[in-house]
Amino acid sequence: MLDLTPKTVKERSALRVNPCKTCQPVGAMYAALGVKGCMPHSHGSQGCCSYHRTVLSRHFKEPAIASSSSFTEGASVFGGRSNISTAAKNIFDMYDPDIIAVHTTCLSETIGDDLGSYIMDMDIPEGKIVVHANTPSYVGSHINGFFNMMMGFMNYLTKKTGTNNGKTAVFPGWVNPGDIRELKRIAGLMNVPTTFFPDQSGVLDAPMTGKYDMYPEGGTTAEEIQGLGDSEGVIALGEIIGAEPAELLKKKWKTPYTLLPMPVGVTYTDQYVLALRRQSKTEVPAELEAERGRLVDLLLDSHQYTYQKNVAIFGDPDVVIGLTSFALEMGMTPKYVITGTPKGEFTRRIEALFAKYGVTGCTAKANADLFELHQWIKNEPVDLLIGSTYGKQIARSEDIPFLRAGFPVLDRYGGPLQPIVGYAGAIRLVEQITNVLLDRFDRDVSDEDFEIVL
Amino acid sequence: MNTSILEERKTSISHHRGSGLCCERESVAGAVSQRACVYCGARVVLNPVTDAYHIVHGPIGCASYTWDIRGSLTSGADTYRNSFSTDLRETDIVFGGAKKLTAAIDELMEKEDPAPKLIFVYATCIVGVIGDDVEAVCRQSEKKYGIRVIPVKASGFSGTKSQGYKLACDAIMTLIEPHKNQPKRFGVNILGDYNLAGEMWIIKGYLEKIAIPVISTITGDSSHEKLINAPSATLNIVQCAGSSSYLAERMSEEMDIPYIKVSFFGIEDTAASLLRVADALDKPELSAKARQFAAARTAELLPIIEKYKPRLEGKKAAVFVGGGFKAISLIRQFNELGMKTVIVGTQTGKRDEYEIINSLVGEDTVVLDDANPAELERFILEKQADILVGGVKERPLAYKLGVAFCDHNHERKRPLAGFDGIENFVTEIHKSINSPVWKYVKGGAV
Repeated sequence: MLDLTPKTVKERSALRVNPCKTCQPVGAMYAALGVKGCMPHSHGSQGCCSYHRTVLSRHFKEPAIASSSSFTEGASVFGGRSNISTAAKNIFDMYDPDIIAVHTTCLSETIGDDLGSYIMDMDIPEGKIVVHANTPSYVGSHINGFFNMMMGFMNYLTKKTGTNNGKTAVFPGWVNPGDIRELKRIAGLMNVPTTFFPDQSGVLDAPMTGKYDMYPEGGTTAEEIQGLGDSEGVIALGEIIGAEPAELLKKKWKTPYTLLPMPVGVTYTDQYVLALRRQSKTEVPAELEAERGRLVDLLLDSHQYTYQKNVAIFGDPDVVIGLTSFALEMGMTPKYVITGTPKGEFTRRIEALFAKYGVTGCTAKANADLFELHQWIKNEPVDLLIGSTYGKQIARSEDIPFLRAGFPVLDRYGGPLQPIVGYAGAIRLVEQITNVLLDRFDRDVSDEDFEIVL
Repeated sequence: MNTSILEERKTSISHHRGSGLCCERESVAGAVSQRACVYCGARVVLNPVTDAYHIVHGPIGCASYTWDIRGSLTSGADTYRNSFSTDLRETDIVFGGAKKLTAAIDELMEKEDPAPKLIFVYATCIVGVIGDDVEAVCRQSEKKYGIRVIPVKASGFSGTKSQGYKLACDAIMTLIEPHKNQPKRFGVNILGDYNLAGEMWIIKGYLEKIAIPVISTITGDSSHEKLINAPSATLNIVQCAGSSSYLAERMSEEMDIPYIKVSFFGIEDTAASLLRVADALDKPELSAKARQFAAARTAELLPIIEKYKPRLEGKKAAVFVGGGFKAISLIRQFNELGMKTVIVGTQTGKRDEYEIINSLVGEDTVVLDDANPAELERFILEKQADILVGGVKERPLAYKLGVAFCDHNHERKRPLAGFDGIENFVTEIHKSINSPVWKYVKGGAV
C-alpha cells in the first residue's frame, strides 16, 4: 500500500512529486488572520481562497475566514480592478471588518494587476483600512507569502512618532497559537512589554462561547502595527521567515532587531530568553530557571532511548532548523533534513548544526520533496520521522515511528493549542519523541523481553 | 453578529417554498463563498482514476491542496494518491512552461516502472495566460510513448466548479472514445460515484446480487483498463448528477448508451433506484429480484430507524451540500427520521433540482444557492437548526454556532450510501446531536 516510490534515486529537474511546500497566498492568509478585525482577501480565482481556507480549517479545526475576488474570464483579460473595488465595497458592507488584507495569486500577478494603485483609487469607508501584499505563487513558498503579508501591513501602517513606546516587538513567525501563548508567557515572566505580530492566538484557537464571532478577540491591532516603528527593538524568531520583515522595519524606521532561530529546544530557547533579558535588563526569574532545569532533568532521564537514534525531519525551514537543533541536543542523528521551500540559507544553517555537533553522514536539502526523502529512507532507513501529516504515507510504508509537527497536521487534534517552543514546548517534545519510540519498542519486542518498567 | 444580506444575493435565497430561485450564476466578488473553482471540479471527478498520473501544470499550490485529500478508495493502484506537478517558477512564467511540462512527462516515463499508461495534465490558472500549448505537449508525448496523455484545461477563473466537472467528463470521453465500437455486453456503468469510504463497492454489490453486472465505474475505483470498457455497457446509471449528467448525455448521444439518474442515499431512494435500474434493463426477473432485495434490506433497517427515531424526532436539520440531488436525498432521509429540514443550500444546484427540493420541504424552509458562511450562520440561528450537514469548511462554523454536524462530503470516513450507509448516517446524526459535549457548550458559565 502506498509504496509507489522506487528505491533508485533519479535526478529530476522538472517533475515535483509529493511536495513539501505550498504556495504563497496561504501564508499571506494565515499572517492576515493574526491581525485583529482583519478579513484576508484573495485576489484571484475562487478556488485559491477555497483551498487555503480548507487547509487552515483542517489544521486548526476552526473556521478560517477569507474572501475572494472571484475572477472570471473577463477579469483575466481586462484586469482585476473592478473585481477588487466591488469586492472591497461588498466586504465592508456585508462583513464589516476593520481591515481588508489583500494578497495576490499567480493569476493576478501574471496579468499584472497593480494593487497599490487600485487601492489608492478605492473609496474606503472612514476609519477602515485596506492593505495589500504581492504573493506570486511561483516564487518561494507559503513561507514567503507569510512574511510578504507582514511586510504589506508594515508598509501601509507603520509610522514613527519619535517617542519610544517602550515595547519590544516580537515576530513569532509561522507557529501555532499554542506557541505564541508560550512565547508571550516567557516574555511576561521576563517582564518585557511586547507586541506580537502577527498573533493568531485567540483567533485560530478561539474559545467556545456558544456564539460565533467572525472576528474573534485575538490578533495584533492596527494601532499596534502602526506602533512597530516606535518600538524599543524587534526580536524576530525564525531566521528564514523573520529576516526580511525585521530588515524592512530597520530600513524604514531604524528599529534595531535581533534575529534568532525559532526557540525550539534548550539552546534556542536560551537565546530567546537572553534576548528578552537584554530588553528588560532584569535577571531571569527563578520560575523560568526551574522550568529549564526540569527540561534538562527530563533529557537526562530519557537520554538512553534517544541517543544515536537516526531521525528524518521535514517541513518549513524555521521549524525544521529548531527541531534539528533539539534532536541534536537529545543526542539523535538528524540523518535527513529537508524543506520544500527554496532557500539556500536553510541548507547552510542545517549544515552548520551538523558541524557544531560533529555528526557525519547526514544530508540537508532545501527545495526538496517528500518523494526524494522517501527514496533516501528506503536506501538507508531511520528510526523516527518528524514532520507534517504528509509524512504518514512514508511512515506507514516503511513502518517508521512518526511524530507530527509543523504545518499542516490534518489528522490529529489539539496540536495547535500546544507549544513546541520554549522549555515547556521542549518538555512536550521529549515526552512525545520518547513515547513514540517506546511504543514502537513495546510493539516489536518479543514476549520474554516485554517489560513493565522502562 | 448581525450580518446583512447583499442586494445581489437576495434572488439566490428563497424564504418561501415555490418562489423562483436564481441559481447557476457566478459568485459575488468579495463574498466569503464556500465555492471552489474549475480546476477543483475537474480534479475531484478525475482524481479517483487510481492508476492515472495526475500532473498539475502550474505553480505548486494547486498540486499541494489536492494531494490525497479525497477519501476515494482503491482496490488496485495507489498512483492517484501521490502528487505530481511541474511546480512552475518565475522563469517559467517569463519564458513559458511548455518545455518544463515536456521534461516532467519525460522524467515520469523514465522513473516509473511499470511505465504509466495514462496521464492527465491539468493546466491551472496562469497556463493559458502565459500561452503554453498544453495540447501540443500532450499530443507529442502520446506519440512519443504510445500512451494516453490527456490535457484538462482547467483555468480556475474560466467558470464555476461545474465547468470543471464538464472538462473532466470531456477528458473521460477523450479517453474512451477510441474504444466506442466494441460489442455491447449486458451490464451497467456507475457514473458519478467516487467510492468515498467505499460507497461504490456497496452499490456494485447490490447490483451484482440482483444479477446486474457492473462493467465500469466512473470514476470511483477505476483504472485505465476498466474505463475503456465503459462503451460496451447497455445502461449508465448516474449517481452524482451534478458532475456526471453531461458525461451520460454525451455517452448516450455518441455511444448509444441510455442513462437514468439514481440516488443511493436513504432507504427510500436506494430502494427506488435499484428498482429503476432493473426496470430500465427491461428484464422482469431482475425487477422482481430488485424488489425482493430492497424489501428484505428495508425490513432489516426498520428496527434501527425505530431505535434512534425517538432521540431524533422533531429535530431540525440544515443541509448544505455541493449538488442538488444529494440535498434531495438528505431531505428524504431526514423525513424518514421524523426530522425537519429547515435550511437547504447547494453550491451548484440546478433549476429542476430546486423545484424538487421545494416540493419536499415545508412552507418556511429557507433555500439558498451558493450560500456563504454569514448567510448560513444567520439562517441556522434564525431557524434554530440542531444539525448541519455539510463539508470541511462548514464543520467548524457549525461547532462555533453550537450546532451538531455531519460530514457528507470528502471527509466522511464511513459509507453513507445504500442500505449499509443508513445505520452509519443515523448513528452519525445521533452521535453528534446527542453527544454530552453540548452540555458544556450550551451550559454557559462554570
